[in-house]
Amino acid sequence: MKYLCLVYSDEDTLHSLSDSPRDEECLAYAESVQRSGRMIAAEALHPVRTATTVRVRGGKTNITDGPFAETKEQLAGFYLVDARDLNEALQIAENIPAARVGSVEVRPVRELGL
Amino acid sequence: MNEHEARQIRQTVDMVYRGESRRVLATLIRLLGDFQLAEEAMHDAFAAAVEQWQRVGVPANPRAWLVSAGRFKAIDSLRRRACFDASQAEIARQLEDENDAFMPDEDTAVEDDCLRLIFTCCHPALPPPAQVALTLREVCGLATEEVARAFLTTPSTVAQRIVRAKAKIRDARIPYQVPSRDELPMRMDSVLRVIYLVFNEGYSTPSSDISIRNDLSEEAIRLGRLLMTLLPEPEAMGLLALMLLHESRRAARATTTGELILLNDQDRALWNQERIIEGGALVERALATHRFGPYTLQAAIAAVHAEAPSAAETDWAQIVGLYDVLFRMEPSPVVELNRAVAVAMRDGLEAGLRLIDIILERGDLQDYHLAHAARADLCRQLGRQEEARVAYQRALCLAPQQQEQWFLERRLAELDEEPTLELKGRGVLSDQ
Repeated sequence: MKYLCLVYSDEDTLHSLSDSPRDEECLAYAESVQRSGRMIAAEALHPVRTATTVRVRGGKTNITDGPFAETKEQLAGFYLVDARDLNEALQIAENIPAARVGSVEVRPVRELGL
Repeated sequence: MNEHEARQIRQTVDMVYRGESRRVLATLIRLLGDFQLAEEAMHDAFAAAVEQWQRVGVPANPRAWLVSAGRFKAIDSLRRRACFDASQAEIARQLEDENDAFMPDEDTAVEDDCLRLIFTCCHPALPPPAQVALTLREVCGLATEEVARAFLTTPSTVAQRIVRAKAKIRDARIPYQVPSRDELPMRMDSVLRVIYLVFNEGYSTPSSDISIRNDLSEEAIRLGRLLMTLLPEPEAMGLLALMLLHESRRAARATTTGELILLNDQDRALWNQERIIEGGALVERALATHRFGPYTLQAAIAAVHAEAPSAAETDWAQIVGLYDVLFRMEPSPVVELNRAVAVAMRDGLEAGLRLIDIILERGDLQDYHLAHAARADLCRQLGRQEEARVAYQRALCLAPQQQEQWFLERRLAELDEEPTLELKGRGVLSDQ
């Protein structure tokens, strides 16, 4: 089953806390998940000040600067993994280095009802 | 078959239901991979038992018969649903193929299923109220209405919690398994917390419906026993011991009119010795493992109280020592407060009062009624009536429960009656 692990953190402190992971550590972990055969995709994101939000209402496209919602913690990156069950997905999530300074939301991927 | 025999069969089925229904359910959930389907299958199986055992007699292994019947009932019902939803037919076929994996005669397999059920119901991915509701419903077999009454909420709220929890188990694929070694400590905490919460709900919260609350404590003790039998981890022993030792004082902890009696004032002849002995032995066993935690330590403290012939003859030095260890393991101001009260008994009232004042001045327990009640008690015994009055009043404002409010009002009234210095060592916090 696929799970999306959404990594949230306070962007202002993500890289500056004593527990903050360095990019090398993040890469090493991503590679270890890759080797375990459970990785589908994983990426880190630029800060939300680079975000642009698109909405289409009544056929009209509206583009605004900024994230979908202002929150205390922002989406900093994600892992899309293929895990046996929630426990395995949680294990992958708890070892994501950024979990030490942020939070990881684990969401099962829904199969579209086709 | 005559009417008498038919009644006997029904009684047998009832008895098997009480004794085995949870185990049957636990195994069916594993075999069918779905809570709802398993529950329906179990009820169908028991209904079939009433009818078939009358004709062919009670099988040698009723549990195995019921699991097997439940499994076939589930496959049947999936087949019927397949008329509307083709995917159900595939599931039914898979279930039939998986026949070999199932050996209901093996007691260890059944025990594992019970553990799987407990760990799944208490999975930390479920919200705590749902963990409690699901555990009482699925593991203890309480009706939704009973769970609702015990937690002073409506059956529809409880039902909704359970439905949502089952949906999450299914959609997020929370596995039906006993956690691995490295997951165990964290997952065990969650199970122990649910059991202790059920116990405290039955023990601490006063309610007009006393019988339900007592049942809830008994249910928690039953759960604790089950967990300890299945998984004899030190903290499972510790929690069971703690519950038994608290429960041993039930008859002594309130007057017939429901007024609270503090530990030091309780009639110790009313304490249930059988439970004290069982609890004490469990504490010893847990301590001997050297892998114990906060539940065992709290139980050890309760055991020292339980084994003392009177408040004055209590080994307060040992209690202070146990609180020291507990505080190192779980540094919390409440533990610190309890330790301070024990210090008052060991080193004198003023020593205890100094420690309580340090905690209060730090601001940690300013809104905790028992901190002010403890301060009031020590001041009263030291003859500092005015300070005692102020602290009792503060505690009264903060006390959440009627029983505690009555108690504090009585103490305030007593202050007016007997302004003389009282030297008896009365009143140490609550009886917890």
